[in-house]
Amino acid sequence: MAQTVETHTGETLERPLGLRGVAADFSSDQRAFKNVSWGKAMMWIFLLSDTFIFGCFLVAYMTARMSTTVAWPNPSEVFALTIGGQEIPLILIAIMTFVLISSSGTMAMAVNFGYRRDRRTTAILMLLTAVLGATFVGMQAFEWSKLIAEGVRPWENPWGAAQFGSTFFMITGFHGTHVTIGVIFLLIVARKVWRGDFDTERRGFFTSRKGNYEVVEIMGLYWHFVDLVWVFIFAFFYLW
Amino acid sequence: MVDIRSGADEVIPLAEVEDVELYHPKSWWTHYVFSQDAKIIAIQYSLTATAIGMVALVLSWLIRLQLGFPGTFNFIDADHYYQFITMHGMIMVIYLLTALFLGGFGNYLIPLMVGARDMVFPYANMLSYWLYLLAVLILAAGFFVPGGPTGAGWTLYPPQAVLSGTPGGQDWGILVMLSSLILFIIGFTMGGLNYVVTVLQGRARGMTLMRMPLTIWGIFTATVMALLAFPALFVACVMMLFDRLLGTSFFMPAIVEMGTQLKQGGGSPILFQHLFWFFGHPEVYIVALPAFGIVSDLISTHARKNIFGYRMMVWAIVIIGALSFVVWAHHMYVSGMNPNFGFFFATTTLIIAVPTAIKVYNWVLTLWRGDIHLTLPMLFALAFIVTFVNGGLTGLFLGNVVVDVPLSDTMFVVAHFHMVMGVAPIMVIFGAIYHWYPKVTGRMLNEAMGQIHFWVTFLGAYLIFFPMHYLGLLGIPRRYHELGETAFIPESAHTLNMFISVMALTVGAAQILFLFNLAWSLKRGRPSGGNPWRATTLEWQTPQTPPAHGNWGKELPVVYRWAYDYSVPGAAEDFIPQNQPGLGMPTREHAS
Repeated sequence: MAQTVETHTGETLERPLGLRGVAADFSSDQRAFKNVSWGKAMMWIFLLSDTFIFGCFLVAYMTARMSTTVAWPNPSEVFALTIGGQEIPLILIAIMTFVLISSSGTMAMAVNFGYRRDRRTTAILMLLTAVLGATFVGMQAFEWSKLIAEGVRPWENPWGAAQFGSTFFMITGFHGTHVTIGVIFLLIVARKVWRGDFDTERRGFFTSRKGNYEVVEIMGLYWHFVDLVWVFIFAFFYLW
Repeated sequence: MVDIRSGADEVIPLAEVEDVELYHPKSWWTHYVFSQDAKIIAIQYSLTATAIGMVALVLSWLIRLQLGFPGTFNFIDADHYYQFITMHGMIMVIYLLTALFLGGFGNYLIPLMVGARDMVFPYANMLSYWLYLLAVLILAAGFFVPGGPTGAGWTLYPPQAVLSGTPGGQDWGILVMLSSLILFIIGFTMGGLNYVVTVLQGRARGMTLMRMPLTIWGIFTATVMALLAFPALFVACVMMLFDRLLGTSFFMPAIVEMGTQLKQGGGSPILFQHLFWFFGHPEVYIVALPAFGIVSDLISTHARKNIFGYRMMVWAIVIIGALSFVVWAHHMYVSGMNPNFGFFFATTTLIIAVPTAIKVYNWVLTLWRGDIHLTLPMLFALAFIVTFVNGGLTGLFLGNVVVDVPLSDTMFVVAHFHMVMGVAPIMVIFGAIYHWYPKVTGRMLNEAMGQIHFWVTFLGAYLIFFPMHYLGLLGIPRRYHELGETAFIPESAHTLNMFISVMALTVGAAQILFLFNLAWSLKRGRPSGGNPWRATTLEWQTPQTPPAHGNWGKELPVVYRWAYDYSVPGAAEDFIPQNQPGLGMPTREHAS
């Protein structure tokens, strides 16, 4: 029972399967994760750290919601939109969630086409992902302005506990910042793909290192993470 | 077992990763200032941390002057006193100890000790330092902003931290402090990712995890912990910043301030304490674990003996790291949280003593019948062990709820944490500097100055903090600007306070001698050669001393053995470097 793993030096490495493989990898030299590049390992560890940030935000929010002395506003009513004379609860959030989840789909496709070295399709899919991400942020801006117009502030709101506005702006704001940063990096990487930097091994402006198509996948890891975080925010903030 | 066996007969594994192309600096600026070389970054980190640490040292003098001679120094009023203790604590814990162990020693030693050319992401590593420097500058700016730095205590407990009665609460002080912390955390994350990935994915051929020196294990585990613990502080800082700037009420209960009801209300101050200590307790071990690791290597090298129970040492480090995430509320026994938590957190706290005790026993057993050289690093390592045992034992007092409640907020607590996370890690830092200075500069530190520095610091630290336990048992509270006339405090306590203050000034003066030694030995120290301590680990085997850019010559080192082959019977020398294959002696196996 063994599998072979490609190394970066062109040799292949025999590794045992299953748990034995895990043990063998961790007791081996050079790398604990055998076919994981430095960049990908860094992104995974960063995301683990970022998970703790969002975890702390959400736990803090839940504490505030459970311990506040004033009643919490009802999210179904607060986040409802009146469309055609009909009040539909959470409709905007549903569309936002749909858009963001779809962007994860286009991102996954971009990674696939990246590894096939299809520059054009990869770049287009990344741009599409960026557009979906920007749409999400745009809808969030709409949601914020609607609530602000209705009188929600970080320090008060018309319906109940002041912590509603505080946690709402803080958590969705922090998540929205993540999406915005993601959009910016998507555009940067899409430009690199389009220009063929990864085929010509052009060096990065800041780091003077050569990139490769794995950068698309690392970008994708971040994007899927931001998506996943939204699912938790959606569940804990809007559905609770 | 396979991993710590002498590897002379083993097949050398294939290289899995191509040799990296290093960034080659083109000008003086990119060489020495905006450097991407981990060794230069390490020196930048260390010098910055030392500089801001000197500020904290001076602050401690001012604190002691006030406590020892109350009423004598008019410029230290109550506000200033609180600002001094706050800045002293914050600088020492975060900007000195954390930055020096991880940013300083981590950057210098990780690539060298695991046999890499540099950190895996040199550019991010450089950014890490510059963000750290920015954080330090913003922190120091606190002394010059209107209202001065915050006086909320280093724990920054709300709501008092953002109220007008606290220095800096309604002025700039608290804002400056929180912004600086947020920047520090962002900067640290960039460096921390580097350290972790370099250890996991950037090691030399033959360097398995279980062949790494314990220094690397300590720094690695501490970095992982920091990456998971700092987020809690980050979140707490952001939320308090909003409380202060936007008027949100995350941490603000209903409060009447100066006769007026504040608009804020309904928040939870205890939430901040939980977030803060979820960071704050791991932080203790973020400082302690690198110290544990480094001291293991110092003891082994200078006792010319392999570390006792290497495998156990590694697991103890990992277990302490994991356990330290579930003990945080032992800082909060008197906070008003649910008393049932006390039982849980006291239990986990006492369990942590087990792996810690294993480490202490193993250090002592390493010394047992070793060929102990009383060099300066060894003296500091021995000082660490005794100080740490002392501080650890009082930790058992404070970990128990019933004993902690009467001792809370007394000088006993001050004495405890200064012994265990002040003096003990600082001893290791000194030992480590005496140990690695020859590698960084190519010259030895002056021995005579070093001896004076050691004895004054070690004995002085004891004379400062030992009597403090007694003051605490008398019930003398901490964080009091002046004790005044109180029935339960005898006259002798004031005399003792004076004595402590004089000792604090003396020990501080010894540190200035140390800094002078660092500068003096740079030019005038005895040339050390590449491996003055005859040590086994890779950093002593570099082709040049100080190591050149890229650390190794054309070929990366190949590792054949663990880091502790000292006094091996039958070997030509009393140490076998890690990158040396068999010594023309019969293949030999370690007991395992």
